[in-house]
Amino acid sequence: MQIELIEIRDHLSRFPPFDELPEEVLDEIARQVEVGYCKAGTQILTFNQEIHELHYVRSGAVDIFRRNGDLYNRLSEGDIFGHFGLLGRNRVRFPAKAIEDTLVYYIPGTLFDQLCEQHEHFADFVEAEGQSRLKAAVENGRASELMKIKVRKLISRLPVTVPLTTSVQEAARTMTEQSVSSLVVIDPHSQWPNPDRVPVAEPHHGVMVGIITDRDFRTRVLAEGLSGDTPVSAIMSPNPITVQGDDTVFEAMLSMLRNNIHHLPVVTRRRPIGLINLSDIIKYESQSSLYLVSAIYNKQSVEELKSLLPDVRATFVRMARDEASAHMIGSAMSGIGRSFTQRLLELAEDQLGPPPVPYAFMALGSMARDEQLVVTDQDNALVLDDRFNPAEHDDYFLQLATIVSDGLAACGYSYCKGGIMATNPKWRQPLSVWRGYFNDWIDRPKPEALLNSCIFFDLDAVYGESALVEELQELLAHRASSNEPFLAALARNALNRTPPLGFFRTFVMEKDGRHKNVINLKRRGTAPLTDLIRVHALACGSRAQNSFERLDAIAATKLMPPEALERLRYALEFLSLVRIRHQAVDIEDGMDPDNDVEPENIPAAERHNLKEAFQVLSNAQKFLRFRYPHLPVTRTL
Amino acid sequence: MIRFNPAAPDGPAIDWTNELARRAARSRHPALQAFYQAGCATGDTPLESVPLVALDIETTGLDARRDAIVSIGLVPFDLQRIRCRDAFYEVVKPTTALSEESITFHRITHSDIRQAPPMTAVLDRVLKAMTGKIMVVHYRAIERAFLDRAVQQHLGESFTFPVIDTMQLEARLHRGSAQPGWLARLFGRKIESIRLADSRLRYGLPPYSAHHALTDALATAELLQAQTLHHYSPTTALRELWS
Repeated sequence: MQIELIEIRDHLSRFPPFDELPEEVLDEIARQVEVGYCKAGTQILTFNQEIHELHYVRSGAVDIFRRNGDLYNRLSEGDIFGHFGLLGRNRVRFPAKAIEDTLVYYIPGTLFDQLCEQHEHFADFVEAEGQSRLKAAVENGRASELMKIKVRKLISRLPVTVPLTTSVQEAARTMTEQSVSSLVVIDPHSQWPNPDRVPVAEPHHGVMVGIITDRDFRTRVLAEGLSGDTPVSAIMSPNPITVQGDDTVFEAMLSMLRNNIHHLPVVTRRRPIGLINLSDIIKYESQSSLYLVSAIYNKQSVEELKSLLPDVRATFVRMARDEASAHMIGSAMSGIGRSFTQRLLELAEDQLGPPPVPYAFMALGSMARDEQLVVTDQDNALVLDDRFNPAEHDDYFLQLATIVSDGLAACGYSYCKGGIMATNPKWRQPLSVWRGYFNDWIDRPKPEALLNSCIFFDLDAVYGESALVEELQELLAHRASSNEPFLAALARNALNRTPPLGFFRTFVMEKDGRHKNVINLKRRGTAPLTDLIRVHALACGSRAQNSFERLDAIAATKLMPPEALERLRYALEFLSLVRIRHQAVDIEDGMDPDNDVEPENIPAAERHNLKEAFQVLSNAQKFLRFRYPHLPVTRTL
Repeated sequence: MIRFNPAAPDGPAIDWTNELARRAARSRHPALQAFYQAGCATGDTPLESVPLVALDIETTGLDARRDAIVSIGLVPFDLQRIRCRDAFYEVVKPTTALSEESITFHRITHSDIRQAPPMTAVLDRVLKAMTGKIMVVHYRAIERAFLDRAVQQHLGESFTFPVIDTMQLEARLHRGSAQPGWLARLFGRKIESIRLADSRLRYGLPPYSAHHALTDALATAELLQAQTLHHYSPTTALRELWS
């Protein structure tokens, strides 16, 4: 009987460069493997030592160093090392040390040579230097490769930690000595929830409870006149937002964009393994949306912000050309829009002084859904603390809203034609009034009223006291799902706009200003899709705002069969991408981007897909009608 | 379910060098003579110099008098390396019927064993793979009892061998005086599980699918490497670990 080492073979088969090798080759490798356990802290390879085996990390973590002792790379499950030595003169070029308890699979050098000889892609993989592999991916315009890079690859050193009782002066000294711009604050007396899972030789025990950055010393210590022996616990940002080491750089970037933070602790199993900051990512993604965002925060006036408009469009075009997904592009463009809004609010507060009562600036519609593109209106509102007194305070908030709204308009986000902006007194109200609005919409749903207010059912905080907005999100998610008449009214609105398909699956077109035959892809495609996804998501009690995330939430409740949801996801992605590409082409041609696509200009195969996508929308609308059969057909708009 | 009393004292350690010599003198079957005559490392040998072999068997049940072996896996190793290329794995035709219950455990089915050789045909190679080595198992009672029974059936003599039991080593660590009393248990302190998979987790070893004799042998070998580095040392004398 063939000796099977299934565990070893299957594991190898999941990681490059083994993932593309044939089964029998994998079997052979598994047969020849040797296994060894290295306790955390063990030097696995030392410089210039003789080496005759490829090393494969089965579990744990290994640091790879340069000759001068600098950290070169941090490896985890499925990574290989030692190959540069094998390719050279069988001497170790990069020393390696286990930083967690690590299980290593050793593959004989003779077998390694055979694999290089017989499998071209294996040879390509092991011969390419890590960095140049990445560079090639970027230069080929394959941003999607970059989007797959894991955050842990950006980490250059372990986080520097201090216990929360440390004084700020001591902390500042530590940062200077270690030349870092941020510290992780730990509570040495707090236990991990599951101490078994924490590596035994962990150098810094205790739980991460906060971080402090250079900026905190300025804004929270010096500006407040605190003394040097204040404990760091008094000035740290508690419970920091983190990313997992396995998250992609793209996800880390989105997290920074969304939360406007520049330092992000990276954790595995809740244990901080490093800290990345904005510049780490910018090094990987110059010209990127993040670079743009950091530029936004450095601008000092509306005029300066306005000068970034070409960069916004260039970023959009680049992402479209790099074949980023609609979800990625929508998130990045929304992040940019949020950053403009946040910066304008900072500038407004600088000018007007601190707000008289707490407030939240709320994004509505596509920005709240993280689905913004380049042609976009501003839809926003202000939620004020209930201590708000119009006579005393409204002047401040009107001025604030005006500065932001005019600023956004200058930066390419045109005024909302329906007047849904914080400058409108109706949409600049204390929380109690907002609660009343939502209760009214939900309890007494009038389709006409909902038609104008359904934009409020995509809502998210952009700046200020986000709790004020979260309360409204909670209220909506909680109350909508149990209110059938409200959902039915919303469903009815979602059926107002039909896909542009004729009886024989021909396109039904409209005329644009220049009398060309066009289809408005937003009005007839993506908007009705997001409308109907919103109805189902609210019916499921979901708090998700993004349409793709709403589809995930719907899937979790089994409201619709998985295949139907898959088709909806595909249709939304495809329609959005056609819209995105159309706008990118407009921008490159020096025209104002719009949503009007001329089917004549679309290749035949894509035209077929477009019809397919509209058909999915049409079927989904039929399902919606079936779900809410008692739509009040007599009342018309 | 496996029932055992791991808190029981290890008992006086046998001097395996003497024991194997004594059995070599009395044994009549050539295969067993060869095994015993090869002897094993002496009790004062540091663990890093001891040739080891991880051993695991899957059976039709837990009673060695009624049940039989269906598969056996061995992988030789030392504290540095586990050598997969010298691994041994064989499915054997059991002398008793397969129970449905055991099939769900090790997933070896009737059709698998139809083609399989009987234990007689395999025993010779198993003994050779064990010769001169210290066996490493997770829960020694099973492997000792079933191999003894198989040897008695096929070679007509009793059989025993020196082992290091990774479960027993975990029991020493977690079930000694440190074991929580009833009061601590009342307040929620759990007893550490010393099952193979749970023990591995404590050393950061990855989860492997259980109940494949060769995978379990590999998993046991990795566990001993980890236990040694964390709680003993490569120079620990063999007699402190064997039984």
